[in-house]
Amino acid sequence: MKFIDEFRDVELAKKVVSRIKQISTRPTRLMEFCGGHTVSIMRSGLRQLLPPTVEMLSGPGCPVCVTANADIDKAIALAHLPDVIVTTFGDMMKVPGSYSSLQQARAAEADIRIVYSTQDALQIARDNPTQSVIFIGIGFETTAPTIAASILQAENEGIKNYYVLCLSKLCPPIMKALLDLGELKLDGIVCPGHVSVIIGSHPYEFIPRDYGVACVVSGFEPLDILLSVEMLVAQIESGKPKVEIAYRRGVKPEGNKTALELMDRVFQVDSADWRGIGVVPASGLKIRKKFERFDAEQAFSITLEPVREAKGCICGDILRGVKTPLDCKLFRKVCTPEHPVGPCMVSSEGSCAAYYQYGTE
Amino acid sequence: MCLAVPVKVVSIEGNEAEVEIGGVRRRVSIVLTPEATVGDYVLLHTGYAINVINEAEAQETLKILEEMASLDEVH
Repeated sequence: MKFIDEFRDVELAKKVVSRIKQISTRPTRLMEFCGGHTVSIMRSGLRQLLPPTVEMLSGPGCPVCVTANADIDKAIALAHLPDVIVTTFGDMMKVPGSYSSLQQARAAEADIRIVYSTQDALQIARDNPTQSVIFIGIGFETTAPTIAASILQAENEGIKNYYVLCLSKLCPPIMKALLDLGELKLDGIVCPGHVSVIIGSHPYEFIPRDYGVACVVSGFEPLDILLSVEMLVAQIESGKPKVEIAYRRGVKPEGNKTALELMDRVFQVDSADWRGIGVVPASGLKIRKKFERFDAEQAFSITLEPVREAKGCICGDILRGVKTPLDCKLFRKVCTPEHPVGPCMVSSEGSCAAYYQYGTE
Repeated sequence: MCLAVPVKVVSIEGNEAEVEIGGVRRRVSIVLTPEATVGDYVLLHTGYAINVINEAEAQETLKILEEMASLDEVH
């Protein structure tokens, strides 16, 4: 078993779809929180296969997309400091901040390098001991342990020129914020699979308990998502919402304890600024005082111009699930993957990019 | 961003493992999965194994899907 093709069987998928059609009797509104799920759903055309009773909304689960302009501006300002090398995941390069993008900053001769892993950023720090190497630490709970691990490794090895701009964000608190906004009237949430590999399924327990909303942790192959939708519909039809795991080969209820322990050693919970939602208390991470010498915000002094938002861009509404890319006047006309106006068109798992690439409308 | 792919552990040396996917090999960190052993499939995210895939659970999930499909045929 290679854990991919087995979960893409078209004949089996058709039968599961037909099963969902049988059990779904009332209008049911689900949100797939994670951008990876949105891409898989769009690529496999699942939205069109589901019965009209089942509506799927895309959520804010794309770390690049929810990074606020103010934080992108910080990354760019850091990149323009002398003797600094900024390292970042590739998805961040084209995201427009208030005045420019990292890509434009690189064209203006800032030293910005794309890395695949914090391990690569550490290697750049080892290879360039006279320069300061800053990693732009975006990501959810999936990625935060890898950033924590890199800080601990830098400490162990005595790498003194490695820093992190910590922009890590947490998923359950933002789900709570969305539910508190009350804009969506959700019946169920397809919970993020790889975030849940780390945090487990327990952190979602408040959602059925306090909001009556069903939760199923899902994998990313089409059959994983169909199974999750079937489980959500069955829960909703029975009137008994709870937290279940459909992605059992990857997710344990308690999560990955080693990863959680590393995260807790290096980070503490803090407020975070989410595009489209604003500053949400206890929805992000910051580097603990003990490790503050690795914190780029503590180590470097930057001045920032006032934050500006792109005119006409509705990424914020799309991230909250209240609008789709098709509601945006800029979509496909002004805003394209080549010339993105907002981050949801930049990230490969942004809703706008997924609709652009796979949408049929 | 939270993309992770199943890869097979070929060898282990300290906190690093050599993994294989589709014939391509690379070194990854197993600092988050100290329980990984040679022959395991792990989920690889940005150069780190973030868990060991549970094959028995994968089989069980496929069984549930097959059962669901056969329920559909009964109707």
